[in-house]
Order: sequence, then C-alpha cells, then structure tokens
Amino acid sequence: MELRRNAFVLANDRRSTGFIATLLLVAVIVPILNRAVPSTSALHLSTYALTLIGKYMCYAMLAIAVDLIWGYCGILSLGHAAFFSLGGYAMGMYLMRQIGPRGVYGDPILPDFMVFLNWKELPWFWYGFNHFFIAMLMMVVVPAVLAGVFGWFAFRSRVTGVYFSIITQALSYALMLAFFRNDMGFGGNNGFTDFKEILGFDLHSDSTRVGLLIATSIALAASFMSCRWIVNSRAGRVMRAIRDAESRTRFLGYSVESFKLGVFVFSAVIAAVAGALYVPQVGIINPSEFAPINSIEVVIWVAVGGRGTLYGAATGAVLVNYAKTYFTGALPEVWLYALGALFVLVTVFLPRGVVGLLPSRRKLVKE
Amino acid sequence: MFGTELQVTPRLRKGVLWLLLPLVALWGARPLQAQSEKDAAFQSTLGELRDADYADKEAIVERLIQSGHSSTRATLNAFLEDRLFYRNDNQAVFMAKSTEGDPASLELVDPLTLKDAGSTAADQLTKIGTNNRLRRVLRTTVARFGLSSPDAAVRLEAVHDMLRSLDEATVAMLRERVDAETDSNVKKAIATGLALADLEGTDSDARLKAVAVLRESLNPDVRNKLASLGEQSADGSFVESDEKVRTAAASAVKSINQWRLLYSGIETLFFGLSLGSVLVLIAIGLAITFGVMGVINMAHGELMMLGAYTTYVVQQAMPNQIGMSILVAIPAAFIVAALTGVLIERTIIRFLYGRPLETLLATFGVSLILQQLVRSIFSALNREVKTPEWMSGTLQLNEALAITYNRLYIVIFTLIVFAILLVVLKVTRIGLDIRAVAQNRAMARAMGIRSEWVDAMTFGLGSGIAGVAGVALSQLTNVGPNLGQSYIIDSFMVVVFGGVGSLWGALVGGMSMGIVNKLLEPYSGAVLAKIFVLVALILFIQRRPRGLFPQTGRSAENQ
Repeated sequence: MELRRNAFVLANDRRSTGFIATLLLVAVIVPILNRAVPSTSALHLSTYALTLIGKYMCYAMLAIAVDLIWGYCGILSLGHAAFFSLGGYAMGMYLMRQIGPRGVYGDPILPDFMVFLNWKELPWFWYGFNHFFIAMLMMVVVPAVLAGVFGWFAFRSRVTGVYFSIITQALSYALMLAFFRNDMGFGGNNGFTDFKEILGFDLHSDSTRVGLLIATSIALAASFMSCRWIVNSRAGRVMRAIRDAESRTRFLGYSVESFKLGVFVFSAVIAAVAGALYVPQVGIINPSEFAPINSIEVVIWVAVGGRGTLYGAATGAVLVNYAKTYFTGALPEVWLYALGALFVLVTVFLPRGVVGLLPSRRKLVKE
Repeated sequence: MFGTELQVTPRLRKGVLWLLLPLVALWGARPLQAQSEKDAAFQSTLGELRDADYADKEAIVERLIQSGHSSTRATLNAFLEDRLFYRNDNQAVFMAKSTEGDPASLELVDPLTLKDAGSTAADQLTKIGTNNRLRRVLRTTVARFGLSSPDAAVRLEAVHDMLRSLDEATVAMLRERVDAETDSNVKKAIATGLALADLEGTDSDARLKAVAVLRESLNPDVRNKLASLGEQSADGSFVESDEKVRTAAASAVKSINQWRLLYSGIETLFFGLSLGSVLVLIAIGLAITFGVMGVINMAHGELMMLGAYTTYVVQQAMPNQIGMSILVAIPAAFIVAALTGVLIERTIIRFLYGRPLETLLATFGVSLILQQLVRSIFSALNREVKTPEWMSGTLQLNEALAITYNRLYIVIFTLIVFAILLVVLKVTRIGLDIRAVAQNRAMARAMGIRSEWVDAMTFGLGSGIAGVAGVALSQLTNVGPNLGQSYIIDSFMVVVFGGVGSLWGALVGGMSMGIVNKLLEPYSGAVLAKIFVLVALILFIQRRPRGLFPQTGRSAENQ
C-alpha cells in the first residue's frame, strides 16, 4: 500500500516536473520561433498562433484553479468564470484608462462608452485604475473578497455538493445580468475593447505579445507550483480528507469550513489572475464571459484532462480548446456534436480523464 | 362603375359561396340569394360615395343604414375615422386597418366580408373625404347603431366610444337608452356618461349626485375629469364653483385611485402567477429527475426545446387546424421528450448513479448534442409557432383590469399538469414504485421492484413533463435552439429553493419566485429584479440549505 502510494506520488511528481519543463520550453521556444525565425521559414510561428498559445495558458490556469477545489477538495464551483471575468474586468478598466484621449470621442479621462452615455465624471469605483499597481491589487482583492464573503456564508451554513454548485451558478448568472446593464458603469453588453497599450507598450506590437506570453507562462508556472505545494502539504491532506469524508474530518477536529474557505479564495484569485492576463491578449472583455456555460466548460476541461492531478487539468484545458479552435474553423457543424460526445464519453468511460490513460501506477511500481 | 362590378363580383360570389356553404347545405339556396342581393345593394351604394358631394354623401349614408347589411357599422366607423379608400385602378372601395403614422402601404379590409384583402401602396388609393357636418352625422349614426345592437359587448363599446367625445346629441341618445338598457355593465357605462354630462350643468345638487355616481367608475378619463374640478384657473377661481362638489370630487379621485391601485396590484400578482407557472412547469420535471433520482439533468432545457419543436412540427402537419394542433402537440411532445429521456437514461445516466456531479457533466454534453441536432434539422433560425385563436386576446374584467388569455391558460395548464403528476405519484402503481425506489433502493429491490425499469420510467416521466412544458413555452417565447438554455438556471433555482425532491416545494417555490420577480419589476426594472431574486435565493440557501420543504428521514441523508 505504502509502496503504491509512493509510486503514485512519484509518478505524479514526474509528470508535474514534465509539465513544468514543457511550460518552460514553450516559454522559450515560442518567442524564438516568433521573433528570431524569419517569417518565410516553415518554422516561423505567426503572432496569431502565439496569442492563441497565450490564451490556452490562461485557460490552463483557470482549469488548475478549478481542479484545486474540485479535484482535491470536492467543491464543484460553477462560478469560476465569474472570478475569471472579474479579474479580466479589473485589467480592462486599467487598459481603458490607458487609452486616454486617443478614444473616438477624445475625452482625456472618460472612456468612450461613458461619453456616449453622456456621463459627466468618472464613477468613484473607477478611481485609481489608471495606476497599474492599484489595478493589479484590485484584480486580486475584488474576486478574493467576493469569494471570501460568498464562501464564508455558504460553507458556514454547510451548503455542499449540488446545492453549492447551483448557487455558484446563480452568483455567476446574477453578475452577468448586472454587467449587462449600462448603469453599472462597465460598458454594458459591449464591455471593454479597443485597448491601446499596457504599461506604455503598444498592445498591437509583436514584442508586447511575446512579453505577455512570457508573463502568462510565469503566472501559470507559479500557480501550478503553489497549488502543488498546497496539495502536498498537510493542508492538502486535510483537503483530500474533506473530499472523501467531510463529516469524519469534522469529527476529527478539523475546521472544515476554514480549509474550504481558504482554498476557495485562493482558487478564485488564480482564476482572476488568469482573467487579467487573458484580456490584454484577446483584446476584449464583455459580460458574456460570465455566462454559466463558461464555468461548466471549465469543469469539462478538468474532467477531460483528469481531475485531482493539476497537470491533467491544464492538459485538458489545452486539448479541449485546441479541439475547439480546430473544429470551429474546419467543421463548425461538427463542433458541438464532438464536444457533447466528449463530455459524455469522458464522464462515463474515463472518470480519471485523459491522463488516466497514461501508464498506470502498477506498471510504474514494476519498474 | 361597370368595371367595379366586373372586378369585384366574381371574387365576391366565390368568397360568399365558400363562407355559406354549410348554410346552403342546410337551408337550400334561398338565404344565399338573399344575402348576395343584400351584398350587391350594399356594394353599389358604397360605390356611389366615390363621386358624391358632401350633401349626397349624407343621403348615401342614410341608405347604407337602411340596407341593414351587417358590415354597415364597421364601414361607417371607418368612414368616420378617415379610413375609407377606393383603389385608383379598379375603383373598388376598401377600409384600411389603420392609417396611423401615414404608412407607405395600407392593410386593407374588404367592407363586405370584413376579411383581410392584402395591402396596397398608399399612393394607389384615394381617400373618401368627410367634412365636419358629415362627421357629426356619422358619429351619431355609428353610436346609435352601436347602442341598438343586440350584442351587449358592442353596446358597451359604443358607450365607451361616446364617453370619449360627449356632446348634446350623444347625451340625448344616452338618456333615451338608459331605461331600455338591460345589461348591467352597459347601464353603468351609460350612467357614467350621463353623470359626466351632469357635471357640466348649472345645478350644484345634480353635480354632487354626478360625482357620487362617477366615484364608482375606474375609467382614467373620469378620474382626470374629477381631478380637474379642483384646479384653479389663472384668476384664482376654481373650475368647480361649489365647495361641496369639490370636496366630494377630491375624495372620489382618491377612491378611484385606490381601486385602480388595488386592481393594478391584482394584475401584477397575476403576471407573477403566470411567470411562476412557467417556472413551476419547468421545475416539476426537474423535481422528479433531480429530486427523486439525484440526477442533475442539464439537458432538461433541451427536452423542453424538443417539446416546443414538436409543437412546431405538429402545426406544420395540420396547418388548417391551429386550434386543435396545440391539443395534439401536448401528448406528442410528451412522447417525444419521454422517449428521448429514456434513451438518455439507458445509454448514459445509468452508468452514473450516485455521482450527481458527473451526471451534470454528461447531461450537459447531451444538451449540446441535442442543440446541434435541432440546428442541423431546423436551422439555427427561430421557428414560428402560431397561437390558436382561442388563446389570443384578453379578458377585460373591468376598466382597470385585463387578463390575457394565454397567460390565464398557462396558469390553468400548469395546475392541471401538477395535479396529474401528483395523482400519478400518489395513486398509481408506477408512482408507488418510483417513491419506493427513491426512498430506499435496496429495500425496494428486495421487495421485487425492478429498480432499473423504474429508473427509466422515472426519467422518462420527468423528461416527458419537460416536453409538455415546451409546448407551453412555444406559446410564450421564440422557438429556437437556445430556448432551453435560457430557462435551465431559473428552473434549478426553483428546485433548490423549494427543496429537492418536493413537488409542492417546486409549486410554492416557482410561484413565489415569479410573484416576487414581478412585484419588484416596476420599482427596479426586469434585470435588477432578477438579480435581486437570485441574490435573495443565495441568501435563503444559507439560511435553509435544503430549501423550503426539505426531505426528512433516511433518504435525505444520501442526498
């Protein structure tokens, strides 16, 4: 038993190392292929592909965040798209302020949509977003506070399982409806777009995009490592105990609610950072990002990749999104059939996901 | 003139023939002949209006009245409202449905049959003009016509028309009518009219009496009139000179306002009930699959969509009987959705029992496949499902309260479906089996219940009800591939709010969510109201994590 457990941890460690190595490789090779290889060469990587890779990395971060709480703590959140979007909106607000007088209406302070709505001054919650540092702070603090308050209420009342999933979905849905309103001061259904620059760098230039990709890789690696560290710590063991037998863990004297709350908030922050990195790369954020279907899709990525492994979640996010990009381009009719079938097949036949197909533990023990 | 006869008569004869075919079969050819003679006379008299001068027109109007044709009133009314035209090419006379906003083309109505006659560009038509004198004649004529109609609804409408523009002639007419009138509603309307006339009189006692009568009215015009009595003109004198009448009028306005407020409250409540009914209809299917079986069926919305599309297909199959089609669609939708449900259960869900979160993922996949299936078959565009005539229109309870029939039917329909489901679960053998398996699967199996078969039936039942809900939704919203998605979250909220596994919970939960939503709407707008409801629900779940009607006992522990 002990041997098998060690082998599992070992395998997990190996794969995690492999994941980090792959990530580093991508962070080095992709910029080189894009910048140093001449565009005539077959090895050249277009900026479009580079941005796509950056996008996948953001999704991978989001998937890791969901895997941390679902795979290790048994909390299925259907509201992580909300935290992702909140982070994205915080970044979007910073980028909107950076446009300055270069907007269509040329107002030095007010973003275009406010001029359009005939607003005279900046709403109070927009103050400070012209400073990158404050915007960064807010993109972490706002989702963390929301997750903290929401989680505190929910876990304290022992809202668990399906009920928790559904009220997180309600939260996300309510936020989506709220952000669709023009009066909210977040651009209504158009959201934010037409960004110009970040920290003084032109967002449309290739070198900025390379910089963003590297930043995203670092963030992805950092969140992966920190999640690894958490799940391998004593707290991680308590989390797994909560997942497998919540009442028993409580009877053993652990404060189940605190553990859940802590990991929920941390996971929300990772999701928010992923959202913040996502926005400058895709160049738009609007309320449809809050849509409950997005949250469900993230869960699917994790399930497809293999939950409770972290690297599996990231792999699933990249695989599913690559399939999505490919199918919606090549065979748009087929995409929903393929995605639907994927959900069904994975849940019914591959409860451990794609990474479960890799050489099994027993084989590793033999080695 | 001759041209008109040639153009119109064949079409006319054909139309009338079709219309009266059943009558002909019963009574032979005589009524047909009489009717067509009447039509021809009416037609030719109407034709004379084209070239006549105003004095002649008056005479022609008189002859039209004497013709006794059933379309006379509608035609004269159109004439009064400047909606009578003749076509430049063939000189045929038509009524326009509406001339509001000077549209480029007009929707025409045939004055003989009162049926739609297509639309024609406005510059192809010439209006048959009126002058003040003629209009006055027409107004009294139309009103008198209405007042002497044997149909109480027509009389009521006529009186209401007259209330809008009271003059000596109409008041005199109302006075004539008041004693002969038998219908209480019409009587009341006439009394209102006479009281309004009395307000203009010089006798202050009569005015006071009139105010007392008007107090009972709910008409906004009456209220405004009463309110205007208390106004001061520029020189400081009141519109109404008598102090007593003024106080009475003020209190009457207050009372009318209160009544109107009450009725608008009732109306809001009814809107809430009808919205709630939709939620209940959707949620009771879920209450079965989610509550009884522990399966989170994300494809529930798509099963409703299948029901809505079934309605569409049924209507395509029987285009001439839209009224019947809905009644056919209900069992059809039930069967289609139930079979799909059983298929889903047998192929996917039975592998996932006891893992509710994974049923969520798998059924979500199913929902995507169903959506795309519908898109491939019917295209991504919305399909038009027609509303049968017996479901359109409004039920005017009084001047402040009107209820649309489709909403009323939805409420009734929901209650019927709910009652049937309750009976199925409580009385029938399959209901007993379902409850037994839900409460204790192992024990039920030990008693010889085929739990697998019961699972399939339960899921089929829940899915079938989703299909039936789809038929109802097809009457309320667009039928498109996204129909299911827009309701699925709301319906889960209802189930969670009411308490998983409780049918009564779904009923109470759905209705109260609908009502709260509609009560908030006037203050905050539809979107904010919805957000409030969601937030309130999130808070409610904190207080009572198992909903309004929590399951108790051993079976609840495993949820």
